[in-house]
Amino acid sequence: MKIAFTTKGTNWDSEMDPRFGRTEYFVFYDETKKEVTSYDNRDTGNDAHGAGPKTAQKLFELKADVLITGNGPGGNAAAVMNKTGITTYVGAGEMTVKQAYAAFIKGDLKKV
Amino acid sequence: MKIAIASGKGGTGKTTLSTNFAAYLSEFGDVVLCDLDVEEPNSGLFIKGDIVHREKKFKMIPQWNEDTCTLCGNCQKSCNFHAVIQLGPNIMVFPELCHSCYACSELCPTSSLPMVNKKIGQLTHYQKDNLNFIESRLDIGEEQAVPLIAQTNKFVDDNFSDFIIKLFDSPPGTSCPVIEVTKDADFVILVTEPTPFGLHDLKLAVETMKELRKNFGVVVNRYGIGNDDVIAYCEKESIPLLAKIPNSRQIAELYSSGNLIYKEFPEVKQQLENIKNFIMNQIQQPTV
Repeated sequence: MKIAFTTKGTNWDSEMDPRFGRTEYFVFYDETKKEVTSYDNRDTGNDAHGAGPKTAQKLFELKADVLITGNGPGGNAAAVMNKTGITTYVGAGEMTVKQAYAAFIKGDLKKV
Repeated sequence: MKIAIASGKGGTGKTTLSTNFAAYLSEFGDVVLCDLDVEEPNSGLFIKGDIVHREKKFKMIPQWNEDTCTLCGNCQKSCNFHAVIQLGPNIMVFPELCHSCYACSELCPTSSLPMVNKKIGQLTHYQKDNLNFIESRLDIGEEQAVPLIAQTNKFVDDNFSDFIIKLFDSPPGTSCPVIEVTKDADFVILVTEPTPFGLHDLKLAVETMKELRKNFGVVVNRYGIGNDDVIAYCEKESIPLLAKIPNSRQIAELYSSGNLIYKEFPEVKQQLENIKNFIMNQIQQPTV
């Protein structure tokens, strides 16, 4: 399973970014391969509108199965996420990626 | 002559000035007042006229035809606003994000994104004696004020071309809707209050008007509160100070019960006359 985290950095100890559409980076953890990768999402800073749907579409292309974030996608992004089949968990905005993963495994995060 | 009434800061008195000035001017002849603060129009609270005409307003958006689409992806690539998203075998359209540029529709090789109407709001024309009042109201949930403002401007151009005075009540701030309201104006009145907040946002509005190469002047509302920094700024920048409307509890009480104030306050009427004289001077000596 490939898990996506909205983050302010590129590694396992990075702080989570509570935002979805305008998150600075994604950190991906592939549970099968035990591999951590990242994606730079900072160009959404140039978009006045539509960052949410664009980011959701990107997540679909990057083939994530699960999204772990802080506040959760807004209306437009949620409409895209619903079609992608990616499951979203919220409430990890104040954690590091490592802590967020641990909370997810324990079942402490809220499923949207 | 098109006169836009704008401000940097919100709540400085654009509507107070627009409605009172329009009603005052209508004592001398035909006037049209157009409320272009379409996200929260409120001039209508003070102008109690009869409805002459009402029409729905639309914008054009693409509608996906699944049967003919080949999923080439041109539409998504051509959209600058992320209003068209391709997701595997699906094309999703986000009407609120769409700027009606037609790019996706025109560049679709199989014409699978025809443009269709979407209602975004409604325009109402009221009349009270010499005063024609046009109000456009954006539907709840719509994100873009600009298309409705542009269509309302066109309605005024088409129906009131022979009117000498056309007033446009603008939204606050300096973003796209304000540009849309002021870009065709012959003169812009910037309403401010004599406070640090008022001055800060007035400076933003002045910079915007200079960028647009507009002829503009300042009206200070609630004169008597705060300090003299706004007055000093206008003097230093050689910006005409058109009027000072006094701060008064009775004015606030009249306003809050939906009444015009100039008839009850000779000093306010005097300030409106000052603005009128300045504007008439502008009409006689157009500065190009």
